[in-house]
Amino acid sequence: MWLFIVSDTLTFTALLVSYAYVRLANPDWPRPFEIWPAIAKSSAMTLILLSSSLTMVLGVAAANRGDRKATLRYLMWTMFFGAAFVVIHATEWYTLIVVEKVTPWSNPWGAPLFGASFFGITGLHMTHVTIGVVYLAVIAWGFGKDKFSAIDVEVSGLYWHFVDLVWMFVFPMLYLMSVDLTKH
Amino acid sequence: MSSHAPAVEGAQHTDPSTHNAGTTKLFLTVWVWLLILTGVEVFLAYLRLPPMIMLTILVGLSLIKSVLIVAYFMHLRFEKIGLFLTLIPATVFCICVMMIMFFPDSVRLMDMRPH
Repeated sequence: MWLFIVSDTLTFTALLVSYAYVRLANPDWPRPFEIWPAIAKSSAMTLILLSSSLTMVLGVAAANRGDRKATLRYLMWTMFFGAAFVVIHATEWYTLIVVEKVTPWSNPWGAPLFGASFFGITGLHMTHVTIGVVYLAVIAWGFGKDKFSAIDVEVSGLYWHFVDLVWMFVFPMLYLMSVDLTKH
Repeated sequence: MSSHAPAVEGAQHTDPSTHNAGTTKLFLTVWVWLLILTGVEVFLAYLRLPPMIMLTILVGLSLIKSVLIVAYFMHLRFEKIGLFLTLIPATVFCICVMMIMFFPDSVRLMDMRPH
């Protein structure tokens, strides 16, 4: 899992460094994100993902203690937070695509690359979160049936924390670098 | 990293008993710090700083957050030094190469823009 995480780190780094390149090179980069809903939602999503990491690490600790009931309870909370993250993110995408008419190649505000960067990076991250929720569900099921060990829970935790870690870069670089400053 | 941590010394990676490092209080403390740093980032976003400076500060804070996550939530702080040395230097080297390749051109292109 660690080696997968290293390779995935380089994938996201390449995307984020490329994004930083086009962000800095385009003086007319859009700043469409107002406090409500975009920044409030994305901040809530950050809180949710950080909380999911907390429940995950507590779940791993419970698994290592051999406390099966607590492990499953923490894994369920982690999956709940992960699913909430995906749902809120989906509403964000809906607003951008349907209401604001943003596509990967155009938007009403400025540099066309905004859409491609935003949907590409957040889309790949959202895919990771979705896969993570399914992965945790499988691990929780197997751990409950005594088919998986505490090590399996810990390895799934590594993946989940990595997904959280990536968001720690996506949130400031994509959202906070594009806040609407005209009303402040 | 802490290869000298008593809880892990001489232990095998696959032994679950070696991974009990960290208490609920420690994890809660890390979680609170992560929230505080996130709050600082949101506050900074509303300061009218040039994009290059803003990006540098935000990525710097995110790096601190990622170190906290990797060290405590992902337990690397409590693993053997060998795992740290296997993973982190190579990853940092690759990321540095990306930065060295991309950013000078980015800055140069900005300077070449017609004013």
